[in-house]
Amino acid sequence: MEHLPVLQVVIPLVLAPFCFVMARHTWLVALAGSVLSLVCSVLLLIQLLAVGTVDYFVGGWPPPWGIELRIDLLGGFVLLLVSLIAALVVTWAHDTVESEIRDDQINLFWCMFLLCLTGSFGIVVTGDVFNVFVFLEITSLSTYTMIALGRDRRALMASFRYLVMGTVGATFILIAVGLLYMMTGTLNMADLAVRLPAIQDTTTVRAAFAFFTVGVSLKIALFPLHQWLPNAYTYAPSAVTVFLAATSTKVSLYVLLRFFFTVFGADYVFGDLHVDYVLLPLSIVAIFVASIIAVYQEDLKRILAYSSVAQIGYMTLGISLANAQGLTAAIVHMFNHGLIKGGLFLAVGGLCLRIGSTRLSDLRGAGRTMPWTMGAIVIGGCALIGVPLTAGFVSKWYLVIAALEKDMWYVAVAIFTASIIAAAYVWRVIEHLYFQQGYAEASTLRSEVPLYMLLPTWLLIAMLIWLGIDTDLTVGIAERAAQSLVAP
Amino acid sequence: MIELPPFLIFFAAGVVAAVSPNIIRAALTVLVPAVSGLLLFNTDLGNYVSYQIFDYQGELYRLDELSRLFGYLFHIAAFIGGVYALHIKDRVQQISVFFYAGSALGAVMAGDLVTLFVFWEIAAISSVALIWARRTMRSYHSGMRYLIIQIASGILLLIGCVMLLGSGGEATFGYIGTDSLAGWLILAAFGIKAAFPFVHSWLTDSYPEATPTGTVFLSAFTTKLAIYALARGYPGTELLVYIGMMMTAFPIFYAVIENDLRRVLGYSMINQLGFMVCGIGIGTELAINGAVAHAFNDVIFKGLLFMSMGAVLHMTGKMNGSDLGGLYKSMPITTTLCIVGAASISAFPLFSGFVSKSMVMSAALSEDYLGVWLVLLFASAGVFHHAGIKIPYFAFFAHDSGIRTTEPPSNMLLAMAIAACLCIGIGCFPQYLYALLPCDTGYWPFDATHVIAQVQILFFSALAFVWLQLKGIYPPELRSVNLDVEWVYRRFVPRIWVGIRAWFARSMYSIMNVTTLILTWIHDHVTHHYGPKGTLSRSWSTGSMMLWVLVLLGSYLLLYFV
Repeated sequence: MEHLPVLQVVIPLVLAPFCFVMARHTWLVALAGSVLSLVCSVLLLIQLLAVGTVDYFVGGWPPPWGIELRIDLLGGFVLLLVSLIAALVVTWAHDTVESEIRDDQINLFWCMFLLCLTGSFGIVVTGDVFNVFVFLEITSLSTYTMIALGRDRRALMASFRYLVMGTVGATFILIAVGLLYMMTGTLNMADLAVRLPAIQDTTTVRAAFAFFTVGVSLKIALFPLHQWLPNAYTYAPSAVTVFLAATSTKVSLYVLLRFFFTVFGADYVFGDLHVDYVLLPLSIVAIFVASIIAVYQEDLKRILAYSSVAQIGYMTLGISLANAQGLTAAIVHMFNHGLIKGGLFLAVGGLCLRIGSTRLSDLRGAGRTMPWTMGAIVIGGCALIGVPLTAGFVSKWYLVIAALEKDMWYVAVAIFTASIIAAAYVWRVIEHLYFQQGYAEASTLRSEVPLYMLLPTWLLIAMLIWLGIDTDLTVGIAERAAQSLVAP
Repeated sequence: MIELPPFLIFFAAGVVAAVSPNIIRAALTVLVPAVSGLLLFNTDLGNYVSYQIFDYQGELYRLDELSRLFGYLFHIAAFIGGVYALHIKDRVQQISVFFYAGSALGAVMAGDLVTLFVFWEIAAISSVALIWARRTMRSYHSGMRYLIIQIASGILLLIGCVMLLGSGGEATFGYIGTDSLAGWLILAAFGIKAAFPFVHSWLTDSYPEATPTGTVFLSAFTTKLAIYALARGYPGTELLVYIGMMMTAFPIFYAVIENDLRRVLGYSMINQLGFMVCGIGIGTELAINGAVAHAFNDVIFKGLLFMSMGAVLHMTGKMNGSDLGGLYKSMPITTTLCIVGAASISAFPLFSGFVSKSMVMSAALSEDYLGVWLVLLFASAGVFHHAGIKIPYFAFFAHDSGIRTTEPPSNMLLAMAIAACLCIGIGCFPQYLYALLPCDTGYWPFDATHVIAQVQILFFSALAFVWLQLKGIYPPELRSVNLDVEWVYRRFVPRIWVGIRAWFARSMYSIMNVTTLILTWIHDHVTHHYGPKGTLSRSWSTGSMMLWVLVLLGSYLLLYFV
């Protein structure tokens, strides 16, 4: 039990090379890796709910000599999201991976997947800022590879663009880490938090913060630095899209929260530097512009990708409100949106497999041939809009409350208006799926995806409904996590 | 015993009926009310199922004297209606009956306003299927009007609830009163369903257009639900006395000249509802008892009358008084049962109407509403006239229309017989009904004054009918359309609307031109920037992406250094 924090990272890391050397049955290895990770993170979360924070010294070396792993409730929550999505994606992906990736590359794909998982877990569990950079790079590099494995030739270009932008972002973060190390002589987050206040008004620390903010904004795809995201989501293999959309921006957002609140401290970030002066307008612009773009897209994956950019705006909006409610809303929305987009992209992946396209014009009438998949899209879409009794409503509700708490009624109005735009793009999808006659219906070959693909999809969709009614899990944890971030 | 909310059983049956063959559906229509009724009979008073959404505390199953009585009543109505509809093979009707009866039960057992609202709306939506199930254009349009008005009632209720809760009011559904705007809105919502004057036309408009079996269910639940809600929320509101008084009086004139016999029953229903509303308005224990007991009896005898007319419609396909007549020769049993219903609604002693109607009238007299009492007296005579005599007379006697048919299916006869037995049973042994009433007043209807007064009214009323008929003065049954309040929204408003629209179109034409120009410009602008090939959504080169990174970094640095 006490080795859980390190096991979380080590399990996928150790299994990844097996995938590389094995020619067949690599799917089983990936399945084992992701399921074991899920078990780990559930056990960890149970432990965290009892004690609050878990420290682990790698190799028994205490900091500042050794590397410290430090997980709090927020970390445990993100770990749960990532490992849950990973386990479901692997269970679901057997067929789509075989159909979308060249046979001789399948083992490489699963190897990269496990490495990506390692990186994501590493970012969350570590208590060391340099480690964050290292794990971020592991995640990013494996992601570039996975996107490039897509059969569409445009996937290569998408991957390359993501590589350039991701590298810039990671470099900026590295520059920030370097500057901080230069000023304080430590890389441990807890140490940094102790030493920074004395020197926080130097230009170096301020520059470090600026570099970090821009770097991480790139990684979370905050408008206008979101341009790598739509193509990456659209042309990547379906399984990668699901995993990316549901977890990667969330993990980056976790990095942002960790640096803002644990390393720099909320008073410094919002009190002295007023990062909310930039973050709040950008968030609102992101919500509106990305939502409007989504209305005009012709490809279901792109609609959802732009919707992701908009939803990230909601999360940063919650953070830039800089009160406990706003933070709670951001964390809840991070989790809920992970589930929503996970569920939606799982369903879209099913469409990819059966219809071979995600262009709206090809999906006309598919609602009648693939009722279960389409049903999942409808419910997921409702959650995206924020219809009451779905998870999306809960997070937007808390966001509105947080905005009203600060007397920012215009933010509340913006949230409502943006929900209407979201309804527009979701409705456009539903209209094509159900109310138009077309190709997808006429063909007799199209049929529902197999049960083992429907089950993970509907598990997520059912969770959306459940979390829309019973908010104890999400809001309960998020409130405690937000409290510990605001007042450590 | 399990405390299962009855609506759950009905909704579950509705879901099962959606996927099961006809034989199971038919069995369910009879078994479900019986089983659920037995469960209810064995449940003690109390609150059973509560739920919580955010901070709101809801109550799904509240059983007190008032809701128990209506619970029994709706079960009996659902059971009799189920027997009556056994021969139906229409899946839509069978499913909607389950949801309709279930939501009516849910509404009377609802302990808080929001739950009440939810069932209020389900009842509205599920019941319209019974009108549409006749599958004619007339019934489609009529059902649409019905639905709009019912939903409007639900919206008023919702607004009222929200205002009430927002001003710190209790969520529990109890006495509401008219002290606040919220109270008035909720009263308006209840009033629409209770067919208050000027908003009554949905009833007389839609009930005659429903299927023969559908009308039986419709007549049982919607309006009685409203009576229940009024009795709980607005007892003793004086305004209701006068509203009730109007409701008893004005439909009589319409009923006398109306040709469609089911519409006659619709008007007579408003008249009966008037007695109940009046009783609620008086608000004394005796009056409330009378209103509730009359609601109970009305469901049964009005159901019986609707069933007998439904049987006639089912067998002959005709419903106009001018087309019918002389059917007693071929439908003697139906005739007899219809007369039992007619006697009950006319409040003959030893029939059920007598034991409840007289309670309301006694209460009016003892509270010094002399004028109201006289109007009620007039209305009682009028009821006898149009419902007690006119219905059986024109359908089964009068001139021989030459129609030769047979008795309706045995399940219809059985259902009518059950209802008739209940009418006579309650009329002869009212103490069992009285024991269920919310208040204990020790009232006993069979004293000399009551019986004699009632018999006199009935006698002279009958005399008047005979005399008018012999002299040829009685309005003959003519094919005609009688103008009612619905004319306002079916003819007047559309006509005005057409005028307004023409004026609007003319004056807006120039404005539209300008607006079109602006909108075109906006649309071009939006597609230019946001469309698939627009500036904002096409793929940028890495160079321009980097530019934005630098812009952002620059602005952050600027913000922090300056």
